[in-house]
Amino acid sequence: MTEIAFLLNGTPLRLSDQPPTRTLLDYLRETAGLCGTKEGCNEGDCGACTVMVTDANGPKALNACILFLPQLHGKSVRTVEGIAGPQGELHPVQSEMITHHGSQCGFCTPGFIVSMATNHANGRTDHDTTLAGNLCRCTGYAPIIRAATAAESAPVPAWMTTDSEIPFAQISSGGEAAGRGGQTAPQNSSQKNFSALRPTTSDDLADWYLQNPDATLIAGATDVGLWVTKQLRDLPKPVFLGGITDLQQIERAGGQLHIGAGVTIAALREAIAPHHPSFAELLRRYASEQVRNAATIGGNIANGSPIGDGPPALISLGATLHLRRGDTLRAIPLEDFFLDYRKQDRQPGEFVAGISIPAQAPALRCYKITKRFDQDISAVCGCFNITLDAGRVTAARIAFGGMAGIPKRARAVETALLGQPLTPETLATARAAFASDFQPLSDMRASAAYRLTTAQNLLTRYVHDLSGAPVNVLELDA
Amino acid sequence: MSLGKPLPHDAAPLHVTGQARYVDDIPLPANTLHLAFGLSTCAHGEITGLDLAAVRAAEGVIAVIAAPDLPEMPDCSPSAHDEPLLSTGTVHYIGQPVFLVIAESHLAARRAARLGRITYAPRPALLTIDDALAANSRFESGPITWAKGDAATAIASAPRVIEGSFDVGGQEHFYLEGQIAAALPQEGGDMLIHSSTQHPTEIQHKVAHALHLPMNAVRVEVRRMGGGFGGKESQGNALAIACAIAARATGRPCKMRYDRDDDMMITGKRHDCRITYRAGIDDQGRVLGLEFTHLFRCGWAQDLSLPVADRAMLHADNCYHLPHIRIESHRLKTNTQSATAYRGFGGPQGMIGIERVMDHAAFAVGRDPVAVRRANFYADRADASGGSISAKMMPQTTPYHMPVEDFIGDALVSELERTSSYAARRAEIADWNRTSPILKRGIALTPVKFGISFTLTFLNQAGALVHVYQDGSIHLNHGGTEMGQGLFQKVAQVTAGVFGVDPSVVKITATDTAKVPNTSATAASSGTDLNGMAARAAAETIRARMAAFIADKHGVPPASVRFTKGEVRVGGEVYGFAQVANWAYQARVSLSSTGFYATPKIIWDRMRGTGRPFLYFAYGAAVTEVVIDTLTGENRILRADLLHDTGSSLNPALDIGQVEGAYVQGAGWLTTEELVWDAKGDLKTHAPSTYKIPACSDRPRIFNVALWGKPNREDTVGKSKAVGEPPFMLGISALYALSDAVAACGDGTIYPALDAPATPERVLDAIARVRHV
Repeated sequence: MTEIAFLLNGTPLRLSDQPPTRTLLDYLRETAGLCGTKEGCNEGDCGACTVMVTDANGPKALNACILFLPQLHGKSVRTVEGIAGPQGELHPVQSEMITHHGSQCGFCTPGFIVSMATNHANGRTDHDTTLAGNLCRCTGYAPIIRAATAAESAPVPAWMTTDSEIPFAQISSGGEAAGRGGQTAPQNSSQKNFSALRPTTSDDLADWYLQNPDATLIAGATDVGLWVTKQLRDLPKPVFLGGITDLQQIERAGGQLHIGAGVTIAALREAIAPHHPSFAELLRRYASEQVRNAATIGGNIANGSPIGDGPPALISLGATLHLRRGDTLRAIPLEDFFLDYRKQDRQPGEFVAGISIPAQAPALRCYKITKRFDQDISAVCGCFNITLDAGRVTAARIAFGGMAGIPKRARAVETALLGQPLTPETLATARAAFASDFQPLSDMRASAAYRLTTAQNLLTRYVHDLSGAPVNVLELDA
Repeated sequence: MSLGKPLPHDAAPLHVTGQARYVDDIPLPANTLHLAFGLSTCAHGEITGLDLAAVRAAEGVIAVIAAPDLPEMPDCSPSAHDEPLLSTGTVHYIGQPVFLVIAESHLAARRAARLGRITYAPRPALLTIDDALAANSRFESGPITWAKGDAATAIASAPRVIEGSFDVGGQEHFYLEGQIAAALPQEGGDMLIHSSTQHPTEIQHKVAHALHLPMNAVRVEVRRMGGGFGGKESQGNALAIACAIAARATGRPCKMRYDRDDDMMITGKRHDCRITYRAGIDDQGRVLGLEFTHLFRCGWAQDLSLPVADRAMLHADNCYHLPHIRIESHRLKTNTQSATAYRGFGGPQGMIGIERVMDHAAFAVGRDPVAVRRANFYADRADASGGSISAKMMPQTTPYHMPVEDFIGDALVSELERTSSYAARRAEIADWNRTSPILKRGIALTPVKFGISFTLTFLNQAGALVHVYQDGSIHLNHGGTEMGQGLFQKVAQVTAGVFGVDPSVVKITATDTAKVPNTSATAASSGTDLNGMAARAAAETIRARMAAFIADKHGVPPASVRFTKGEVRVGGEVYGFAQVANWAYQARVSLSSTGFYATPKIIWDRMRGTGRPFLYFAYGAAVTEVVIDTLTGENRILRADLLHDTGSSLNPALDIGQVEGAYVQGAGWLTTEELVWDAKGDLKTHAPSTYKIPACSDRPRIFNVALWGKPNREDTVGKSKAVGEPPFMLGISALYALSDAVAACGDGTIYPALDAPATPERVLDAIARVRHV
């Protein structure tokens, strides 16, 4: 039985009787008796269950409804009950929310409070971005933003800094990390309370996964979480990757950035912003702050979803995917990884180790088309990276999400552009070529016709964008 | 005086610390059981096989109930007794409950509910408005028609005719707290129900009916809801009834909470509709004659669809005097979720129809849409200072022949045009659009006139119960429910005002059918109007007894006693309120009273469509500015300026909160929020991952909100006006701002005819239309 150790509102907890796919939300509400954290959707989309989780990298807002208990090992959790001071002193975000009438029905409020307190601790003032993952149906948000703004200048209360001072190795000392070879591997996945595997190096993972290719690899659990909370699936042999620090590195070597599979979307966004501002802006709109803090780029790729936002941008950058199976490493162009709908070029026991991208691509532009700007899944995600030399296209990498069963390059469009000047005639030919690259589907996000027309129009946008014309409704003020 | 103070929501300190208790947070006995429904996967058909063996065998399952297990099927309908708790053999939509699982945990119940094996003999499913029309599938025997004047003749003789048809989508409530109820068996077969409901008496009534108990054996308690918006007026019945019958069957407490996806699959939403119009107009855009057809998709059961569709007809005029009008309303029965109450209750659909006509008329005659709207306004009945215009001018009447005695639209719109710089901005936007090939901006001003009262006249009553304890503390109870709107705080302010004490002296308590009986739903924006008056009456009764007692002691007339600032002033003496309460107690004076209120003046004949269904109207107007991307249809609200009439506000902070929140919710209805059913009738947008309510960044960056601030001419509590629903319809300005931006993409010959919700796809389609593509 694997033990899980973490701090809950400052109190050390050691749990050994919990199923590995029990969510923190269920634990808080049903076992710990902490009912301040609310269930609004149970799929990480509303933020009513937001908790603050602190580790060596500082405090982060996460959705407790899709956070499995083993992911907390060695960390500190603060719920809404732990945001006020020990004597009941209100945190600045709490008092400002009262002053500015930021709560009406109050059901979303605990999640907002925790998000706001986390942002406050981190000195974040980009409230529209950091609160996009907290839905409120009553207030229209204006008073909440007023409250968040008013609290910016208040100092972080002393009680909120204690989580960061915890020596995290100490919290986790009670729970073992799996040794090489996976001694704690589950024997029988039908057991209710099988132990959870938590490797700490990619070497350990590689060895163990080779022997247990039927295991479920769990990084941020932002998708796998829904397999449990919505599909009510039993996950065979869950293995939690959050402790593998060597997969969480971003390194620059030569003209390349090497990004570990375990790098979160939030960390990736921060790291690439100076290199690829358009990609970083795409990632700003990738799900929500809570999801970006958990989700990893490796998970986004390995998942193989045709509507993930990472792959189109990475393909248009010419990314190389690094796969590992046992001691065997393999590097392939990312676009070759996606074979068919939900089918990838990944062998049993093989996992995504990382990705390499060029450090510079000044002509990269990423466009995400959704019904709602923030925290929505792309109807169409189009990424363009075209090189012009002496007025002619000398290289073109164009990739789309939402247009096929996989994230896919627009090779016919690229061919129509290559060697040509960007004249209206060239663009007309290229627009026509979209139909041979893509036969999109109609679904609840958009019709096939809209997807195709918009994809074509995004090429037009790209040309205007490169010329500096305003093309983005998000950049306009009244 | 506590009236008019911008106090925070009474529960705000509990909200921000996580201490506010919702139904799922109430500690229940350890032996509590948990329920889940197994749902139909067929839109219409007969159940030919129901194999629940795997459900019964699933871990943690205590019992499974389906139609054959019940001697009679409880009914959940608030109206027509056409909603069996579980399917009795026919299924009517995908998502209809077919069987009920009773298990040891919420998760065990959900897991087991997936294991049912149901086979169907499918029947043709009527999913769309066209399907239902073709099959003449409807509630009531035929369309309801109301008329005033002679629309057909007026249209025939008009200089111009405009016509069109447009679709307006439904709306999921997306209350953050999903539907939930718990039932605790009491001695002697009685039942205590906790429910997240806007209508405790309805829950009490339906549970009593299901259990064959008199209503006095069922007690329903509601401290608060995590949002309601109309979605908890009738949709909680099924959960409470299920809990009650399961609790009776097992003898154990039972709780049921819908998972979010189940909630969206099972429960009703705002009615989507198609509105067709044919209007005769003059060259100034004045509407001379108008014919509307409302086609409402009501879903499988009647629920509240008839009064919803009625209210749409009652708001087909909005702020406009229409001497010749005919409105035909079809209430269509389809194999989809049963559409239900949603903030505005049909009013938004009715209003968006006439706003479409105004927008179209302005386009047709080439005038500023605001000028056309004002040309069609009812005549103002109040001058700018709020005083009444001389009575010599008879008020104009609505299409249902009600005199519009309190119209202030012209003055209010003038003020908003000034504060929002509407005219200057409209000109600036037109200039900007000429030099911006890809992005286009648009602006629109739309007004609101919303009728206040339940149209089912007998519902316009309320009760309250007030106690003053011997220590001077006050206990307040009334029939209204708190869903976030601040009702409890407003009524506490009214009550405190009567006693001249600080509102903190007044303890706000959970709505409880054992304290105040026979309550109406907290709906129709009426919560404060009704319950505030009832509480005031109760408090005044007690105050009069205290005044009589203390006046007698001092040998002065009772009318000379003053209750103010926590003190009682009598015959030159000043006592603390608590001291007087204690003396009154010792003198054996009753310090408890009920209060009651019934709305005066209203009378309504819904079949003929005539009368005075409303005590008064609430007014407002909004200016919205948007930008669209002509390549993708993406669109965004840049700025909104709202001016809204809440009479003499009881609490301006809470009222502004309602106005701001309602605007964003209304704009969401018309922009990002899209319900999509597939060809089988399966709702594909059943979670926040696919159904997009506005997020933080969707609010207008510039958001100016003001209250009109003049007293209600009717004798309402504190001369205030209802605020829950009316500002929702300020969001309509967003749709017509988008229409304006789309129009700027064309050559002025083709009207944008923008349907709602104006998703990027619909905006792009409209742009193609105006560009003759």
